Amino acid sequence: MAAPATILASDDGGALVLRAEGEWLVSSAAELDRRLNQMELPQGRQVTVDLSGVDRLDSTGALLLLRTEHALAERGNHVALENLRPRFAPLLDQVRSRGLAEPVPHPFPAHHTLVGFVARIGQVTLVLLSRLYDILGFTGLVTATILKLIRHPRRLRLTATLVQMELVGVNALPIVGLLSFLIGVVMAYQGADQLRRFGAEIYTVNLLGVSILRELGVLLSAIIIAGRSGSAFTAQIGTMQVNEEIDAMRTLGLDPIEVLVLPRLFGLALTLPLIVFYADFMGLLGGALMSWVVLEISPPSFLEQLRGAITEGTLWVGVVKAPFFAAIIAQIGCYEGLNVTRSAESVGKLTTQSVVESIFFVIVTDAAFSIVFSVLKV
Amino acid sequence: MSETREDCVIRVRNLVNAFGTQVIHDGVDLDVRRGEVIGIVGGSGTGKSVMLRTVVGLNRPVSGSIEVLGHDVLRMTDEERHDLETHWGVLFQDGALFSSLTVAQNIEVPLKEDLGLPERLMAEIAACKIGMVGLPGDAADKFPAQLSGGMRKRAGLARALALDPDILFLDEPTAGLDPIAAAAFDQLIKDLRQSLGLTVFLVTHDLDSLFAICDRVAVLVDKKIRVGTLEEHLQDDHPWIHSYFHGPRGRAAVAAETAARPAG
Repeated sequence: MAAPATILASDDGGALVLRAEGEWLVSSAAELDRRLNQMELPQGRQVTVDLSGVDRLDSTGALLLLRTEHALAERGNHVALENLRPRFAPLLDQVRSRGLAEPVPHPFPAHHTLVGFVARIGQVTLVLLSRLYDILGFTGLVTATILKLIRHPRRLRLTATLVQMELVGVNALPIVGLLSFLIGVVMAYQGADQLRRFGAEIYTVNLLGVSILRELGVLLSAIIIAGRSGSAFTAQIGTMQVNEEIDAMRTLGLDPIEVLVLPRLFGLALTLPLIVFYADFMGLLGGALMSWVVLEISPPSFLEQLRGAITEGTLWVGVVKAPFFAAIIAQIGCYEGLNVTRSAESVGKLTTQSVVESIFFVIVTDAAFSIVFSVLKV
Repeated sequence: MSETREDCVIRVRNLVNAFGTQVIHDGVDLDVRRGEVIGIVGGSGTGKSVMLRTVVGLNRPVSGSIEVLGHDVLRMTDEERHDLETHWGVLFQDGALFSSLTVAQNIEVPLKEDLGLPERLMAEIAACKIGMVGLPGDAADKFPAQLSGGMRKRAGLARALALDPDILFLDEPTAGLDPIAAAAFDQLIKDLRQSLGLTVFLVTHDLDSLFAICDRVAVLVDKKIRVGTLEEHLQDDHPWIHSYFHGPRGRAAVAAETAARPAG
């Protein structure tokens, strides 16, 4: 091992001599930095820095040397660096000419102050409002494209639409079916538990029928599809955006809305109502099974009770919401995908954002439907 | 073997690399001497980057041996490996900066590892490296996404240089840069190599870089490697090497270099 880096001061009356020795490397920089900071700097004197003892030097060592030289010169000393080994000269010159910048102080994060916090709330609110405005604008653009398509129906991409129906609809059946079935099981079990206290177990069937058909079936399907297909829309279109495929499309005279967005929108709007119907069925199946096991309500009496509890309208109240939810999921998914900038990072960010936004808007719309239905007394 | 072990910082023997049944390297030998700039060239798919990745241990070869600074890269303990990693710096194609960190924070990443440097000194070192690679000082607080391709490469270089490595691995450093930026980058490598005493392992496609900064060139052809000076390669009559160095671009680069030589 070579000698550790040190700096020694000796005062011979006339000039102050600082003797630098050892290995001036980044590995010993912490210790050197501490010593140099503790060193008392003279004022207005002749200072000689003797570098003959420096065995090794790297750019961090050079930085420390030059920083000391600079600090000495600032106090009116006459500084001379002497006896540097010739092989270190290019490095010292390089650091002197290009590497002696003051570090830019990291700005204090503005939102850590009270005013900054309030300002940030305002900023975020504005961003949210402007995004809402943009999504509305996108909806308008999509509507205008649909109207154009009505005049030229041959431009509808039928194959692409059918492919999307398979991807978002048929392929989603196992997961939607399983989850709806399980929710039916859970609802029946919990409902039976509560209603049994009043001796009203049989009304579990009513609870199941109304809640699954009106709300749970459609909401569950929409949330699963938003997570499964809305995110896929953003990721697919976003990746195309990163690869400049969307730009290529535009230069070839193809409208990305027509080619990419409408097949996804139509595909989802046509299949989601069917998925909801299927989810309703699977949910009731799970509920019926659980009622049979826990409450010993046989399937025929379950159906009998169900017939009294619901009407055809109950089913439609749920299913009618599906195309609206589909439009929300498809449009937000595609909108966020088209918003991707040319970095892989933004694909991930916007995919997350698209799922959160679609689920948010689905639930807000569902609440709005509840109000409308209660006014209409459906 | 003409080199002794001491002047050899990288020593590759009988290296075989294959992906599935496709053999990329079939018995490659390569010596890189201390302080030289060696350029690795070859057609697309001849495994230039694979070579680099194998030497730094990101890709495990089928067989062969690799020594870097006297350590056997393929049979080393984790501690030896960790120690060796402080002696090399790698610049990946697009800089490979951590996107969630600013440029200064990127450069501080290797410094934070067990050196115990105070914050202030790390910031000074980062600012020093930023200056040395020719970035403006205000680049320190920018995120990689806010930089141009050339600036990202410089920032990546600054991070690779953070610990003052002995060996610098560069993967296509001038690809995607405009000719002025590429020439400036070549000059930067030249300067840094002179002042820092670096050994540079340069994978490139850029004939101008080869002529401007390389001492020797290793050409990957027929799953083997041919190492020599540019003059030797210019004499080589292997069809690929001949068309590479004597094609229109090769001739232009030779002409530019001969024109520049008396002046520089």
